[in-house]
Amino acid sequence: MNKIWLIIQREFLTRIQKKSFLITTILVPLIFPAIIGVLVYIMKKEAESAKADTVQVVDESGKFVFENTKRYNFVPLPLTIDKAKDAYKQTKDFALLYIPPFDINKPEGMIIYTKENPSIEKVGGLESILQDRIRDLKLEAYKIDKETLKSLKVSVNLKQINISETGEEKSSNSGILYGLGFALGILIYMFVLVYGIQIMQGVIDEKTSKIVEVIVSSVKPFQLMLGKIIGIASVGLVQFTIWIILITVLSSGVLGYFGLKMPQKQAMEEVAKQVGDEEVKQAMDQQDKQINDLLGNLSQIPFGKIAFVFVFYFMGGYLLYGALFAAVGSAVESMQESQQFQFPITLPLLIGYFGLFMFILRDPHGPVSFWLSIIPFTSPVAMVGRIAFDVPTWELILSMVLLIGGFLFTTWIAGRIYRVGILMTGTKVSWKVLAKWFFMKS
Amino acid sequence: MALIHKNPTSVEALIAKNVTKVYSEHTALDNVSLTIPEKTIFGLLGPNGAGKTTLIRIINQIINSDSGEILIFGEKLKPNHIEIIGYLPEERGLYKKMKVGEQLLYLAQLKGLSRKDAMARIKIWLEKFEIKDWWHKKVEDLSKGMAQKVQFISTVLHEPKLIILDEPFSGFDPVNAQLITEKILELKENGSTIIFSTHRMETVESLCDHIALINKSKKILEGPKKQVKEQFRSNTFLIEHRGNNFTLPSEKYEVKGQTRIEDDLYSTTLKAVDGIKGNQVIKDLIDITEVYSFQEKLPTMADIFIGLVKADGDDALRKHLQEV
Repeated sequence: MNKIWLIIQREFLTRIQKKSFLITTILVPLIFPAIIGVLVYIMKKEAESAKADTVQVVDESGKFVFENTKRYNFVPLPLTIDKAKDAYKQTKDFALLYIPPFDINKPEGMIIYTKENPSIEKVGGLESILQDRIRDLKLEAYKIDKETLKSLKVSVNLKQINISETGEEKSSNSGILYGLGFALGILIYMFVLVYGIQIMQGVIDEKTSKIVEVIVSSVKPFQLMLGKIIGIASVGLVQFTIWIILITVLSSGVLGYFGLKMPQKQAMEEVAKQVGDEEVKQAMDQQDKQINDLLGNLSQIPFGKIAFVFVFYFMGGYLLYGALFAAVGSAVESMQESQQFQFPITLPLLIGYFGLFMFILRDPHGPVSFWLSIIPFTSPVAMVGRIAFDVPTWELILSMVLLIGGFLFTTWIAGRIYRVGILMTGTKVSWKVLAKWFFMKS
Repeated sequence: MALIHKNPTSVEALIAKNVTKVYSEHTALDNVSLTIPEKTIFGLLGPNGAGKTTLIRIINQIINSDSGEILIFGEKLKPNHIEIIGYLPEERGLYKKMKVGEQLLYLAQLKGLSRKDAMARIKIWLEKFEIKDWWHKKVEDLSKGMAQKVQFISTVLHEPKLIILDEPFSGFDPVNAQLITEKILELKENGSTIIFSTHRMETVESLCDHIALINKSKKILEGPKKQVKEQFRSNTFLIEHRGNNFTLPSEKYEVKGQTRIEDDLYSTTLKAVDGIKGNQVIKDLIDITEVYSFQEKLPTMADIFIGLVKADGDDALRKHLQEV
């Protein structure tokens, strides 16, 4: 036991002392706030530098009353279009808009003259101003006033409430649950794969550097394998914990710096200030309510339980696959050689990963989802993706027990292959050879 | 054929009794028995693939034998014996990314030393090899010979009573080989027993007290080096003499070869029939020629090794070789 502890220590310390560990541990969390920061920065800069474009207008229809907006300054010209065109050439203005007399049911013939090719956005902006005005003209023609039109617009949000067998009501939000399941499932998948491959690399290194014979003359091969698996797991947990802390601190730090606690809300407030429109205020109130609902739903999600389940399945899945990766590492002499075994052992993990999208997130309580989250090879990804959707306790316990059994089983198999594999060099390894090693008496 | 050395006053560092190991395709060790007396340097000889490494791995408990028994200082082989064994495998290596000091500390602790003791001993050994300033060097920055020194230190740090060295000199330049030889002799002086697995007959000749020869999974020879050489004496003599105009009675002697050194100075290899001792040969020669030098031609370990391995499996040829 003491020796396994020594091995765990070495595996852990040598890895966290590496520069690459330091770099990934610090850089990965920086990516998110950096992206947020850059985006916010660009948005702010753009908003500051945005200047209204001047658009000269020749309106022969007489149907338009242009109001200046944030983006456009309209200058009506009491000229004919030909003269206006000549005059426009002398100015530095953005565009000249020509509106001939038209039928509101068939608005045609409008032209925009510019000196450079305008962006599609700017043209689109002008188009929508024209469209809005024509729509208003039509409404007048149909004798519908604006108030009637406003009352036609409705917005509905279904409040979701789960009724459990005991009659307890819980409000829920499948959007949040979907996101949570999606994120957690992918995290487990990535962790198992990334750290599993680290185990394999470590075993291959020991084998090719020939140190393994010295080590196994001091400890049992099984102790060495277990120590390595646990040592790398602790590196993973430490890295993960640092990431969570850093991402949380940095993200809120960046948002705080730019004074955008709730970017969307602030943006709307600004719009409301400028426009002073009742509609926007109403929408804002509705959104406030939605945010409150959302916060209410979030508080109903059992994060403590989810965190526990996540850590459990992270460890379980990692141990289950880690042992298999160790066995493969012991059998081969290079990463290339390991390819032929890597895919088959990660196939179940991949099935769990696809199952997450195809079944679990769409139908978390269907039969396929049930089996995916029970079978030990797929359950680490599947159950973690499903847990936010409230899994019956018996299913969870069954799945956990099976996962423990599963990793004991794979560790046992891997241990038998490992003890022979690490001392074998120059053997062409196939599945048959692995099976032979497995059955070899010790 | 095998000589079993039995010295009642010494303790046996290791006794192997009828050790057999069978892999699916072949028998790696076939009923091998060995006795290794304490405080000796024991040469475990044999061609590649003979089963030496298998035996060494069984002693190190890396693998188990199918049958038979190993006794270490009179005790049946058990897990904590690894703490009194130091093993330098032929295929050796270190963690490339680890520093020399950390590495030695780790390996010593795996052998059961406390961190404190290990620290103190590492310092002593680094000083012995005059490499004190290597503590913070990474192994990947060392030359092969330098790494071998570190590896040797890691083998003996825990002051093992039984040290197993598999081809210890491979990778060393002559200067360092000499240094290692000195350390090995020093370890023997201090009471360690050393098992030495090698093909290099000159090292066997100079270092080993006892030898065993394993060929094709079987032990075919064992005993103190002197005794083995004695056993392979063939009553052959090398004489330098002046003039070659003489004949020896053919019922007593057979001339195996004669070369002229210079002028009328000749060198003759002479084999005498059993029962005729060196003195008798001199007596017979003095009367008929002028003897310049006289010596009994003893077989070298290389002669014995090659002869036995070649002849193994061909009893007639082996007998013949012994007679020659």
